[in-house]
Amino acid sequence: MSVEEKVKEIVADQLGVSVDQIKPESKFVEDLGADSLDLTELIMAMEDEFDVEIDDDKAQEIRTVQDAIDFIKANT
Amino acid sequence: MQRVVVTGLAAITPIGNNLQESWSNLLKGVSGIGPISRFDCGEYETKIAAEVKNFDPKQFLEPKQVKKLDRFCHYAIAATKMLLEDARLNIDSELEENLGVIVGCGLGGLETIEDFHTKLLKKGPRKISPFSIPKLIANMAAGQISISIRAKGPNLVTTSACASGLHAVGYAYSEIKLGRVQAMITGGVESTITPMAVSGFNAMKALSTRNDEPQKASRPFDKDRDGFIIGEGCGLLLLESLESALNRGAKIYAEVVGFGASSDAYHMTAPIEDGSGMELAMRKAIQEAGVSPSDIDHINAHGTSTKLNDLCETRAIKKLFGPHAYDILITANKSMIGHTLGAAGGIESVFSVLSLYEGKIPGTLNLDNPDEECDLNYCPYHSVSKEIHFALCNSFGFGGTNGSILFKKFTS
Repeated sequence: MSVEEKVKEIVADQLGVSVDQIKPESKFVEDLGADSLDLTELIMAMEDEFDVEIDDDKAQEIRTVQDAIDFIKANT
Repeated sequence: MQRVVVTGLAAITPIGNNLQESWSNLLKGVSGIGPISRFDCGEYETKIAAEVKNFDPKQFLEPKQVKKLDRFCHYAIAATKMLLEDARLNIDSELEENLGVIVGCGLGGLETIEDFHTKLLKKGPRKISPFSIPKLIANMAAGQISISIRAKGPNLVTTSACASGLHAVGYAYSEIKLGRVQAMITGGVESTITPMAVSGFNAMKALSTRNDEPQKASRPFDKDRDGFIIGEGCGLLLLESLESALNRGAKIYAEVVGFGASSDAYHMTAPIEDGSGMELAMRKAIQEAGVSPSDIDHINAHGTSTKLNDLCETRAIKKLFGPHAYDILITANKSMIGHTLGAAGGIESVFSVLSLYEGKIPGTLNLDNPDEECDLNYCPYHSVSKEIHFALCNSFGFGGTNGSILFKKFTS
């Protein structure tokens, strides 16, 4: 599974939305209904899956699905 | 003071995932006790429990809620949805500020605590989810009920061990009686069939170890009982001022007429031997109703199937009712649904109300040889059809806490 697909799968699972709803430009809060607790847990789930560390400052910058994909590709 | 009536009921129990199924199985004498499926209990003394079966939270909750809430909140939300359907209650902007939630929960998200603690030890503090605390706190049951239906009135959980649900019903009733709110969602919820709960109760020698005969393991008032069976579930009632119920033409199941609460002030876990604390709770409930002990014709007993409870409760009933104690139809639902802990007072209040409404009293399963001192009429095995007028429901908990609530057949 590609990074893109895996990220979408994690987002779908964490935020309770279907994969079809998730586009690269989807914003976690505005488009996918995440709150601050969801965002923290989403970051943790990506850390687990891709074995990366995402510090709090970096996490603040990850606002869309594409942001997450880019970060993971650059850091794994 | 407002008169308070019951206008809605809901239940999720080890013998049914809705009210009708639970009630009809209770009247038929169906046991909900079987092998524990939730975890590998190979090393545990007790390997049986009264689990809720085939419950699918997705029927009632969004996928995100299913994931982020503990099982006890799944039950609470699902039961609330069924409750509002049963009560045909439409929550408009006027009602929402006058609708509160007080439910009982003895432990809360014990399963969540155990899971996260295991993760903490294995992977360290950075791997603990931000949902860990909101998922495990007991009052999330009331919080989630409120969020799911926009009930903006008083919102809390009572935690008084195995009397939690009963106390919730009592204090919810009091809120309406005092005129503070128009309606309350109340009852109890629990889901703690977990390694920690089973091993902790086992260490106390509180649980039955009749592993080879699960359906015979819960035997309240029987000489051969050897402890209680841990159960789970949710029982909810919609309480409403009589005025509100009449105004909206609601179906009225029963009236709530008295509540008594007391403490043994005696021991952490053992009830006081003469049953005086339990007697005080029952007496206060009857006094508040302004009726006489001889008016009571049914008691839905706490009846846990532990030697201490069954003896002390019997003594308390004899002390309060005198010779009339022998005329009262007593039953112990725990013989079929196990001990649902903080949910017990809620679920058993639901069944007490149905007994009044339908004139049917469930039997007490497995009462083959009553303990010598337990010589009252506990309706062994078979349900009894009889019109009754007052039903008293008892719950008692560790810490020496007691509660008793009195329901009356409704007459305008």
